[in-house]
Amino acid sequence: MAHSARRKDCPELPDFSLLKRLARDQLIYLLEQLPGKKDLFIEADLMSPLDRIANVSTLKQHEVHKLYKVEHKPVVSTSDQLCFLIRPRIQTVKWICDVANADKAAGKFRRYKIIFTPQKFYACEAVLEEQGIFGDVTTDEWAFNLLPLDDDIISLELPEFFRDNFLAGDQRWVRTAGSALHLLHSLYGPFSKIYGIGRCSKMAYESWREQVEEGEQRTHQAEIGKVFLIDRDVDFVTPLCSQVVYEGLVDDIFRIKCGCVEFGPEVTSSDKSMKVMLNSQDKVFNEIRNEHFSNVFGFLSQKARNLQTAYDKRRGMDIKQMKTFVSEELKGLKQEHRLLSLHIGASESIMKKKTKQDFQELLKTEHSLLEGFEIRECISFIEEHINRQVSMIESLRLLCLLSITENGLLPKDFRSLKAQYLQSYGVDHLLTFANLRQLGLLVEQQPGETLTVMESKVGKLVNDKTAGKLTDAFSSLAKKSNFRALSRKLNLVPKSDEEYDLRVPRDMAYIFSGAYVPLSCKLIEQVLDRDGWTGLEEVTRLLNGHEFAVSGSTGGDSKTKSDAQRIILVMFLGGCTFSEISALRFLGRERGYKFIVVTTAITNSSRLLEALLDNHA
Amino acid sequence: MAFITATWNPLGEAFYRKSELYEMCWSIRDGLRDSLVAAAPYGGPIALLREPHRRSPSSRPQLEIYSASGVSITSFPWKSGPVVQLGWTVSDELLCVQEDGSVLIYDLFGSFKRHFSMGQEVVQNQVLEAKVFHSPYGTGVAIVTGSFRFTLATNIDDLKLRRLPEVPGLQGKPSCWVVLTQDRQTKVLLSTGPELYILDNTSCTAVCPPGLSPQAGSVVHMSVSFSYKYLALFTDTGHLWTGSSHLQEKLSEVDTKKSTPPKQMVWCRRPKSQQPSVVLMWDKLLMVAGVCNDTIQFPIEDPCVLVGELDGVRIISSTNQELLQEVPLVCQDIFKIASMAPGALLLEAHREYEKSSQKADEYLREIKEQSMLGEAVRQCVEAAGHEYDTNTQKSLLRAASFGKCFLTDFSPDPFVSTCRELRVLNAVRESSVGLPLTHTQFKQMTLQVLIDRLVYRQFYPLAIEICRYLKIPDYQGVSRVLKHWASCKVQQKDLSDEAIARAVCVKVGDSPGVSYSHIAAKAYECGRTELAIKLLDFEARSGEQVPLLLKMKRSQLALSKAVESGDTDLVYTVVTYLKNEMNRGDFFMTLRNQPVALSLYRQFCKLQEQETLKDLYNQDDDHQELANYYVTASYREKRLESRLSLLQSAVDEYNKAKNEFAAKATEDEMRLLRFQRKLDDEKGAGLLGLSLQATMEALLALGLHKQAEQLYRDFRVPDKRYWWLKLKSLAEKEEWEELEKFSKSKKSPIGYLAFVEVCMKCNNKYEAKKYVSKVTPEQKVKAHLAISDLEGAADAAIERKNESEMGVVLSRCSVSDRLLIDRLNRARASAAKK
Repeated sequence: MAHSARRKDCPELPDFSLLKRLARDQLIYLLEQLPGKKDLFIEADLMSPLDRIANVSTLKQHEVHKLYKVEHKPVVSTSDQLCFLIRPRIQTVKWICDVANADKAAGKFRRYKIIFTPQKFYACEAVLEEQGIFGDVTTDEWAFNLLPLDDDIISLELPEFFRDNFLAGDQRWVRTAGSALHLLHSLYGPFSKIYGIGRCSKMAYESWREQVEEGEQRTHQAEIGKVFLIDRDVDFVTPLCSQVVYEGLVDDIFRIKCGCVEFGPEVTSSDKSMKVMLNSQDKVFNEIRNEHFSNVFGFLSQKARNLQTAYDKRRGMDIKQMKTFVSEELKGLKQEHRLLSLHIGASESIMKKKTKQDFQELLKTEHSLLEGFEIRECISFIEEHINRQVSMIESLRLLCLLSITENGLLPKDFRSLKAQYLQSYGVDHLLTFANLRQLGLLVEQQPGETLTVMESKVGKLVNDKTAGKLTDAFSSLAKKSNFRALSRKLNLVPKSDEEYDLRVPRDMAYIFSGAYVPLSCKLIEQVLDRDGWTGLEEVTRLLNGHEFAVSGSTGGDSKTKSDAQRIILVMFLGGCTFSEISALRFLGRERGYKFIVVTTAITNSSRLLEALLDNHA
Repeated sequence: MAFITATWNPLGEAFYRKSELYEMCWSIRDGLRDSLVAAAPYGGPIALLREPHRRSPSSRPQLEIYSASGVSITSFPWKSGPVVQLGWTVSDELLCVQEDGSVLIYDLFGSFKRHFSMGQEVVQNQVLEAKVFHSPYGTGVAIVTGSFRFTLATNIDDLKLRRLPEVPGLQGKPSCWVVLTQDRQTKVLLSTGPELYILDNTSCTAVCPPGLSPQAGSVVHMSVSFSYKYLALFTDTGHLWTGSSHLQEKLSEVDTKKSTPPKQMVWCRRPKSQQPSVVLMWDKLLMVAGVCNDTIQFPIEDPCVLVGELDGVRIISSTNQELLQEVPLVCQDIFKIASMAPGALLLEAHREYEKSSQKADEYLREIKEQSMLGEAVRQCVEAAGHEYDTNTQKSLLRAASFGKCFLTDFSPDPFVSTCRELRVLNAVRESSVGLPLTHTQFKQMTLQVLIDRLVYRQFYPLAIEICRYLKIPDYQGVSRVLKHWASCKVQQKDLSDEAIARAVCVKVGDSPGVSYSHIAAKAYECGRTELAIKLLDFEARSGEQVPLLLKMKRSQLALSKAVESGDTDLVYTVVTYLKNEMNRGDFFMTLRNQPVALSLYRQFCKLQEQETLKDLYNQDDDHQELANYYVTASYREKRLESRLSLLQSAVDEYNKAKNEFAAKATEDEMRLLRFQRKLDDEKGAGLLGLSLQATMEALLALGLHKQAEQLYRDFRVPDKRYWWLKLKSLAEKEEWEELEKFSKSKKSPIGYLAFVEVCMKCNNKYEAKKYVSKVTPEQKVKAHLAISDLEGAADAAIERKNESEMGVVLSRCSVSDRLLIDRLNRARASAAKK
């Protein structure tokens, strides 16, 4: 297989189940603060994470009578004690106020308790006060910051982090991120080195330092050596690309929610949908999750053959052998069989969608954009994409990708593409465009900018071009972007003329069919190699700075525990994709590291863009 | 050392000693005569009011405050009304009870703190006598008024005045009275001459001390012990009755043979006292009267003041101060002449040892034979604690240390702690500090309180030294002292803000537990706002700075500090505060300079106060956002007219923002809405709110081609888009004839392959074939393949001599197409040759 471990000395990962236990114990403690039978209302997007921490029977043990989803409708509960487990959102708090006030008006006496997770905000309490029920409710905080999704993935499950922080400029979650880091530090630290890039990363780092200084210091054996913090807005290109690694594809097509995916009837080849946990416990999945999709079928069929051979052993067995076979092997085989057929089903379903002409052309366009090649054709493709109304999100994704890779669109294209998009999907997307512009995802080229870029780059390029092509060079120079410069500096786009064997990946580019090394992961690789940002000054300038590298408090004994030094925690503020995780796993195997990915949420192109939509559909 | 007993006087079984504490540092011209004097227990300060009754305004009486050793702390002329009584509270504040019933409270340094009144009724009747007393509830004041009524306040910090019931038949000043605290109640015991009464909250009870001889006469002086357990009564015939303060038990009755009542009478006891006694003072005589009917008499020359202590009586005269106490048992054991107690032997053994005499060994053996060495060491250590003279302390401790060497499993803790405590006590007993505490008092008082008292007296360096020496954790020790020091420092009016801030910063540094914001708050209290701001700058936690800054009305600064802290809750708190404090314009201006706060507030407004949001954008002239706001608002409107008017506002704002594109798009939307409305009204098409594309789709689906055409022209829909749309729509409705007509209307901008594909999608191969011929040569192969016409595809590919296209066709061929495969292969081979 492609990923035969290249280095055998990868260190062991720390055990993160402790985080779950901590969260569960704290929740139980909070529930017991409201003794007696109570009905529990849970915010919709907390349902899945909660399920991973404490199941229904655990809740029932602690006198939770009925469970409801928060639906912003009048409650039908008959219990005289209501407990609300919510995110600190003003709308939800307002709804609770309405519930309480309605009870008051009806002369009903109830006890209310609000558990905010991961923390409460003053604004929420202000709403309680404004609505006149501050005295009627008790509030608590459930510091449920970190949910381990897998052995090496921990999620804060805060998708709104992205929009709040990067679009609205609301920094309320920074402290949450800091606290999460603090918790990891106190359980698995002390960290010996912290690197980071991005404004939010820096603030999260500072918030964490503050909390370290306030709290008492405990020294114990470090289990995590280094930390890398990165803002999502440092690299928007990677999450906007189509994912072609199995796990990423499954996420793009079926949407993995909290480490769990629901396969529809077309996958399960029955008439029912099925929920499947996707993590390293699933032996089949674990072997294909990081594979380029083109390899997956071959692997699965090999696996199927092996399975058949294992089944075939039955033939010619005597009774005794049969007995041991049934008791020892059969169950495992059955299980594997079941998983195998599921993943084959999923792959077939993906194949149906993704091997069509359209998808190939889509990928070709993406790769052209990344390379900065045949941009005109790409624009026509996008135009047609919009005109034919293939997909609202996909079109938007291509527009953004075009804009970032080209450092903005030419005014003419910018207008015409936007106008066509509005005709297709409604004028309310004006607001979406305003959002995208604010984030720099979809912008118009500034006339002044092109000049300066040209001045700085012209020297180098003229040598390469013959005089006859100079005019071409100028027109393409006008479109030189930061992404291009970065791509050249960091060698993000491998030369296209070489054949890239996806079975034996040679670098992280394999996650995008060899067309592009994800910027975020490349930065991590470079900084780890250089133990800091020296030599990357030009790169950080292009990324608008805010980089830092700080040695931790205990530098002295770091050498003795070299294993921990090779465990690296990467924290994505604003979300990360499965492709990036796959790339980091690859890097880890290459260099003998183990990466732990902490993210505010798992994201992909659709989630990223949906967070920025402002239409009213 | 033998002469230690020289100052001892036997009283019954016990001994009493009088040891000098200080030569007083003060110089008082007229001695203590004609002065009101109050000295606080536990070595507290002394307050002195000269000639309190002189009333001429030209020469006001002088109020002086001294430390216990007579070092002047402050002195100022008394400007208020005549004072009846002075007294000290448990926290070293001076109470001055005035004739009119008001009580003025001063701190140790003579600055006025506050005052309270003992009731309106007193103003007229005046205070005849007052007493300040201490109880577990704090410091209390009791007065008797001109109408011979008593009023009590048990705790002046939680003032509740209680007027006690009338005493029957009391027609003049009671001859004497005391305040008792018993059974969690405060009572007054008074003598009217022949009668004794106990006054409590509700009743007045006549009482009779048990065993008081009838011929003893009436009580003219009384005194209660430090612990309120014992009572002493002095009668006009010179009899002294002592007993329990419950008046249920008699200890003794002594005939002092004095007919005048003493000027002062104070109990002299100690915990585990063998022989409690009462000290009585007349003009020239001091008498110690014990329970055993014995007395000791000392002549005195000067007027003195007696101060009752936990374990003795301090005698303050104008020249010196002495401590009169019962000699502790352990000291008796060691120092009594010819004592054979183990401690005494050990002391002797050590003395011989120092002389290098072998007698040391003999003494040691003697102790060891009785296996009393441990006891001997213990005695020496304990006795050292009780001794005031440092030489005696040393020799006792050396002896203990010597004895300890011969013991194997003896805990060193008591020895070590006694050494340390004595060092601290000797330091505070220094005349310059003037806290003459005994070890017993120190233990009762606790180290914490001692440090507090030192801090209160502003002996900061000493307090810090003690904290460091005793290794008190910084939080309770050094930091606490520094905090007080800094709070005091900021009040120094003669220093500049700059100098104080620097001094504080240098000393305090970043000691744990000292909060700069706390110090700054103190500075602000003293009216030094600038200093407070300077000090706040040293505060590391920005969050801590915010509340004070708000209090000082530095809201801008508070906001930026809150933003700096990164705590959005704090930012929000300030924003809410500002919102209520400022007028709207200023508020918005302030926010404008703080993007973080602004975006936070915007978020809030988006959810809570849409209107404010509009104002906010208006204020900023942020036309772009304002326009976006109108667009958002338009979607909340149900009625078309209001929706259009909102959109018109959006257009205006977009124009102001020079966003022509958005303005145009919005105008188009308005046009579209009107168009949709018209059609909805006419045809009931249900178009309102659809996008342009969806509208055209709907129109085509309804067969309203003309209207669709109109939109296509009006909105300059790209040809390609329109062709795609129409193509799909016609195919879906299977209007093949119409489609053919459409295809011929002009040259297709999307080519004809699209026609083929769309037809095939609708499973109409027949129609699809019609368009294959029109496809451009490059797409021919694709077109033929689309309708699964392999032959045609092969022909086209061969004709174009395109190898890869031939390959594509080949890959689609199945085994049955042998002929075709051969043909293709041949063609490919020939193409490859060229």
